[in-house]
Amino acid sequence: MSKIHIILNGERRSLHVEPNDILLDVIRDKMGAKSPKCGCDRGDCGACTIFLNGKSVKSCNILAIEADEQEIVTLEGLSENGLTKLQEKFINMNSFQCGFCAPGITIAATELLNHNPNPTLDDVKEALSGNLCRCTGYTPILDAIMSCKK
Amino acid sequence: MAISHEFEYIKPKTVNEAVDILAKYGSKASILAGGTDIVVKLKETPFNPEILVDIKGIDELSKIEFSNGVLKIGALVTFSELIDSEIVKTNFPLIHEASTTVASIGTRNRATIVGNICSAVPSLDSGPALLVYEADVIVKNNSGERKISIKDWFTGPKKTAIKEGDLVIGLEIKKPTDKHGTSYVKLGRYRGEDLAQAGVGVFVTESNNYKISFCALGPVPVRATIIENLLNGKSLDEKILNEAKELVEKVISPITDIRASKEYRMHIAKVMLERALLKAKERITSVYHETHDILGG
Repeated sequence: MSKIHIILNGERRSLHVEPNDILLDVIRDKMGAKSPKCGCDRGDCGACTIFLNGKSVKSCNILAIEADEQEIVTLEGLSENGLTKLQEKFINMNSFQCGFCAPGITIAATELLNHNPNPTLDDVKEALSGNLCRCTGYTPILDAIMSCKK
Repeated sequence: MAISHEFEYIKPKTVNEAVDILAKYGSKASILAGGTDIVVKLKETPFNPEILVDIKGIDELSKIEFSNGVLKIGALVTFSELIDSEIVKTNFPLIHEASTTVASIGTRNRATIVGNICSAVPSLDSGPALLVYEADVIVKNNSGERKISIKDWFTGPKKTAIKEGDLVIGLEIKKPTDKHGTSYVKLGRYRGEDLAQAGVGVFVTESNNYKISFCALGPVPVRATIIENLLNGKSLDEKILNEAKELVEKVISPITDIRASKEYRMHIAKVMLERALLKAKERITSVYHETHDILGG
């Protein structure tokens, strides 16, 4: 066991991990943030997407020990001060059905809008190309993101 | 899903420290950079290193440097960093374009181009760009540093010229001096994240000097020297394009797999070569470099 520190949603936490512990499992089971989900478990579906040092990454593909002294933001952290405009749009436009993909998609779309407040539909599709949704056919998700344009 | 076997983890701070660890553990050590391939391999395959050497603590490997016409890409430079680099976009547009086609943003934020060539899957998007720019792979071990030309790097599917104890510290690429245009055409099954079923990278100068490379169409990415020889000095017309397309069968050896049949790959490679050649030619004079052009979907 190694002792590591992770800054999760603004709070510095210390915990013990094994080198072979996966970051996604540690965030969910040891740190209690349940928004990242395990879908494909191989970096293809995007359900486990989180911010690591401000960039979206697939947490199923990262060892927990690699995140020592790094900053992580999950969906819980994103909406700490109330829902974001994007989240409100997602709700008002019924963007999701089962919601399993929603945390990952929200992170990916937030990253896009942070860098590019005026995306084209192609930009949005490219930003979400690593996030699968099996319910909606994507249209209501894309509509909500497009409606956030400045 | 947990990784079923145990290993040690170490995070050296310098290249020298890293190569000493690699020398000590030999084949029992494995290098970890972005981890997007290796963590999946740890979960899903019998791959069981005794120690993972995480090189992300070595700051000097995270730089993109460009001086005296030579681009140096450190082993920790991610595809997202390459895409965002104005130096790369302006001087090495084919690397920029190929990088935009790799997986998705969440993977590109983590995956490195050096890791891509070390994993060396035949479909690697960085292969054609590095082959046409004639990149050098800079390798270090505890007895010194050496350069391996990218044309000697790929030795088989998932196999490279790397030896026990070696650490790839980066890539070096000379900026081409002649005015030129480039194009990477990738075929995925749909627009969005997918491995290439076929890929072709083209570099052409104003004086009709051609460099062409294919990926996902044989055990390793290859330069199409015989097609280059046919085209060199000639401008593109229908006749010469047809002759070039005929030669494709001599250059590639595609297989049938889950993504496409070998017959389809052989056919589409010819179509893609023509499109890539025409696009690269057009870009010699166009200022704006368009985003990637994935066929299909």
